[in-house]
Amino acid sequence: MSAEAVAARPWRRKLVPYFQAGPLTLVLALFLIFPIVTIVIVSFFDYNSVQIIPAFILDNYRDVLFSKVTWQTYLNTFGYVIVVWAITLFIGFWIAYFLVFHIRTNTIRIACFLLTTIPFWTSNIIRMISWIPLLGRNGLVNALLLHAGVTGHPLEFLLYSPFSVVVAFVHLNTFFMIVPISNTMARIDKSLIEAARDANASGWQILTNVVIPLSKTGIAIGSIFIFTVVMGDFATVNVMSGGQSASVGLMMRNEMSELQYPAAAANAVVLLVIMLLIVSAIVRLVDIRKEL
Amino acid sequence: MKIDHGLPGKGKAYARRAGSVSRRGLLKGGAAIAGAAIGSGAISGFPTIWAQNIKDVTLRQFGTGTSDLNEIATKVKEDLGFTLQLGVLDTDAVMQRAATQPDSYDIADIEYFSTKKVYPTGVMQPIEVKKIKLFDKIVPIFITGKLTPESKIAQGTAPHTVEFVEGKDSKKFAKAPTEWATLVPTIYNADTLGIRPDLVGRPIKNWKDLVDPAFKGKAAILNIPGIGIMDAAMVCESLGEIKYGDKGNMTKEEIDKTLGKLTEFKKAGQFRAFWKDFTESVNLMASGEVVIQSMWSPAVAAVRSKGIPCIYQPLEEGYRAWGSGLGLAAHLNGLQLDAAYEYLNWYLSGWVGGFLNRQGYYSAMLDTAKQNMSADEWGFWMEGKPAQGDILSPQGKVMEKAGAVRDGGSFYERMGHVVCWNSTMDEDRYMVQKWNEFIAA
Repeated sequence: MSAEAVAARPWRRKLVPYFQAGPLTLVLALFLIFPIVTIVIVSFFDYNSVQIIPAFILDNYRDVLFSKVTWQTYLNTFGYVIVVWAITLFIGFWIAYFLVFHIRTNTIRIACFLLTTIPFWTSNIIRMISWIPLLGRNGLVNALLLHAGVTGHPLEFLLYSPFSVVVAFVHLNTFFMIVPISNTMARIDKSLIEAARDANASGWQILTNVVIPLSKTGIAIGSIFIFTVVMGDFATVNVMSGGQSASVGLMMRNEMSELQYPAAAANAVVLLVIMLLIVSAIVRLVDIRKEL
Repeated sequence: MKIDHGLPGKGKAYARRAGSVSRRGLLKGGAAIAGAAIGSGAISGFPTIWAQNIKDVTLRQFGTGTSDLNEIATKVKEDLGFTLQLGVLDTDAVMQRAATQPDSYDIADIEYFSTKKVYPTGVMQPIEVKKIKLFDKIVPIFITGKLTPESKIAQGTAPHTVEFVEGKDSKKFAKAPTEWATLVPTIYNADTLGIRPDLVGRPIKNWKDLVDPAFKGKAAILNIPGIGIMDAAMVCESLGEIKYGDKGNMTKEEIDKTLGKLTEFKKAGQFRAFWKDFTESVNLMASGEVVIQSMWSPAVAAVRSKGIPCIYQPLEEGYRAWGSGLGLAAHLNGLQLDAAYEYLNWYLSGWVGGFLNRQGYYSAMLDTAKQNMSADEWGFWMEGKPAQGDILSPQGKVMEKAGAVRDGGSFYERMGHVVCWNSTMDEDRYMVQKWNEFIAA
């Protein structure tokens, strides 16, 4: 259809954007909004050990919000989030920095970038489980330390501990920091850095006054990824802590496996609200739209 | 839909297949002697359904890895002609799926303590006892709760308490046997602690040894609330810390005390891990991360088959037992339902029984299982006798060398010392909540 034809029928032109946005709206409504609404509704239902009873009660929220365990579990999960976030940010930032500023040819940069995706060639579960023979009591690391005489007895904290949970999280998720940060870094105008150098700025000053402020959006996006992934996780915490540590996701899974869907739904709604608060705080701090 | 049951002696089967005397025809004609002459495979008397389209029937069954084995599906195709599709999930997931997705299966292979939760939701239909030919030969544990007339009924969700419902449309469990069964019992066993004899360094005799400080950081317990709570209770009772009225149906106070005690041990670093899937327990034991833990019989066999010593240690206090059976989904009808009954009857007819017994479980129909095992196998697995030759797994792998004796001894020695069953308690909701707190602590 030619431009004139569209111009001739203004009502049609008005409709075009709606049609363009239509498919995505439909998909989101069906696969995002509908499930969330269902979860919210179910979270007010009653239940016993055999069935879910449609009702409107606040008991599920009372159980979630006033239980000591919920608070402990959230605290524990926040602990993981903060530690994992700090480590992945540190590692991710420097890998991105190296990729963008130290590698000169684009070909090698792309090759190196692909190298960072190698862990993603196998499944999440396999990447997790492969830590077990490495960190176990009779694992490679302990065998090495014993042989080298560093310790007299195997280190128990290496596996089935908060330590191993963090190791696995960092291994699984650093990539989500590298990608957005290197993306924003690559857009930094190199002449800005030259100008800073001309103005006699030290390397540290260039980093803190130029590179970090201009990478803020990437850092924010990476942080959102890490927060959401770690807050909602249950598999990593379960496998790497030997089922001994709690996370919010694991708490929900336990409830679901005992058919306590309304309790799990209430938990999910609370988690969703907390995540929305965190994400909106990040978005308030950093203008992510700049990146888009 | 054409179904012809081809009753023996009617000669109907002959008429239908005039000219080509098939194995089916002979059997259905009541010519048992001729049937026997054709081959031992025919003695079982299957299939008994006569329908052209039986081959198109597919029954979807799901359950735990314990008994949902491909060999069984293959044999069903061979003997009965229809297709059995298997799905394997963990214990919790089986219960969840049975209750919440009733259209996704035709036959549920489910544990008795789960049945207590699942059956009242109305997703299953009762089984007509008179259609199960060998029902009266089933081990009495499932019918009266007593292995022998003198036995004491164990605590917990004993299978016979949820075996029958009051009527065809009733969801209420009957106190005494009726014509309507919830499940056809298939498989059960007596569970205890598994140990690494090379690493524990001393004889293990009691449940309380699980929390002995000597095994700090080297013990594990399973994380399925209905089963784990019973192991926990066995430990607390053995320690002399708690006296239970009925540990299979604890009061809130007893639940608090039990899990409070366990939380103390957890905080002191007694446990290395909590496992949910039996392969996890195999890995924990084989790698030496754990030297004493709650364990299931095939897990012990799996560790041993790697050449690593592992004992399914009988304990003074007795065993914790479990049992499973096959139940019919509410939506089954017509030819599919006939096929399902055919399958249930076939299940008890011996081949599966022998197959399960040879893995260290027990079949609910021992008479027919015996016919499918060699005298040596029967002696080793059931009578506690030393093996004459090597004992092979159903897959043909050597499980035990000649001379070996089964841990715990004979069937009556093991099942006779069951003190509790896996359980769904009246305070179930409270217990699960507290169990989660224990895991989170």
